Amino acid sequence: MENNLEQAFQAKIDREEKIEPKDWMPEAYRKTLIRQISQHAHSEIVGMLPEGNWITRAPSLRRKVALMAKVQDEAGHGLYLYSACETLGINRDTLYEQLHDGTAKYSSIFNYPTLTWADIGAIGWLVDGAAIMNQVPLCRCSYGPYARAMVRVCKEESFHQRQGFEILLTLSKGSDEQKNMLQDAVNRWWWPSVMMFGPSDKDSPHTARSMNWKIKRFTNDELRQKFVDVCYEQAKVLNVKLPDEDIKWNEERGHYDFGAIDWDEFWQVVKGNGPCNKQRVAARKKAWDDGAWVREAALAHSNKRSERLKNKKVA
Amino acid sequence: MDNNWPLWEVFIRSKSGLHHKHVGSLHAVDAEMAIQNARDVYTRRSEGVSIWVVASSNITASNPENGEALFDPANDKVYRHPTFYNLPDELKHI
Repeated sequence: MENNLEQAFQAKIDREEKIEPKDWMPEAYRKTLIRQISQHAHSEIVGMLPEGNWITRAPSLRRKVALMAKVQDEAGHGLYLYSACETLGINRDTLYEQLHDGTAKYSSIFNYPTLTWADIGAIGWLVDGAAIMNQVPLCRCSYGPYARAMVRVCKEESFHQRQGFEILLTLSKGSDEQKNMLQDAVNRWWWPSVMMFGPSDKDSPHTARSMNWKIKRFTNDELRQKFVDVCYEQAKVLNVKLPDEDIKWNEERGHYDFGAIDWDEFWQVVKGNGPCNKQRVAARKKAWDDGAWVREAALAHSNKRSERLKNKKVA
Repeated sequence: MDNNWPLWEVFIRSKSGLHHKHVGSLHAVDAEMAIQNARDVYTRRSEGVSIWVVASSNITASNPENGEALFDPANDKVYRHPTFYNLPDELKHI
């Protein structure tokens, strides 16, 4: 019985039909999606923290309104994704708990600090650039609610990348101090961004299954290569050097070769030992705990009002 | 105790003349707050001119397992489509 269901499920995916919340799905498919979508949602929410750090210090009103709109978008993206995740039968508070107690992960990139204003530009260019590369194929993911949420996210994400690039472009035409600030930000954000695509394919045991289920459309290494190729050309416009001595065009492959990734650093940050892991989770927990009375009061108020309404009807 | 705020389904009319379309869901304590949250979450770039919110618990959905029983009977009723009827080519405006 289970076998027949599983075959029908796979056949449906192979026909490029979407899976919807009430359709039968293998438990492993459900679990994989809950893990991936919640991790994605948490990344959007935690991603507000490094950028929020610069809102009050944005260099002009134009930059400030743009950054505020961007951070608000990240909150929105988190909410689209949480609601997509909830269609798989897990509730919101459980998702938050998993973030707060560390059982759920978020993208390691947000465990790096934003030291200068140029970092806000670098995040837009590189971090959002890598995110877009990851997210565009997810618009065709086999799970309907996730795919639909990603369509919305991608539409908004392009503004993020452009505003980041514009910040860097301005710095690239500025004083020596500004140019140095730009190069320094690129030096610090480049490798963590390259790592955003996750472990290398040979160390990513679930890739094949996720590709088969059409949750993933490209492997981590395929997307990473695409990112390097695109960024190398874009860096020329900014007149910056990517901090990789080994990066060079490979005629045969038709791609840029690039240097070895420091996977020790990657796993250290994933395990919680990055520069800002503790700070990020602490800020998130504090916001949740400090808001508890508001959530309780709103619920109590609403319950009281509906009680009153009921009593009025009886009388 | 379950402290989750109730879940609401959000429907947006993108411009007048079109249907409201489901866009996603959100949590809110009541309908009024659901409308406010829906505005912030789903219409930050003029995506709509009207919002409906419906408590998710009030939605009854058909079961995909009954799909065949519900929808297959329509498949063999081709006579419900205009192309079922054979008419001469010279016949115009029909």
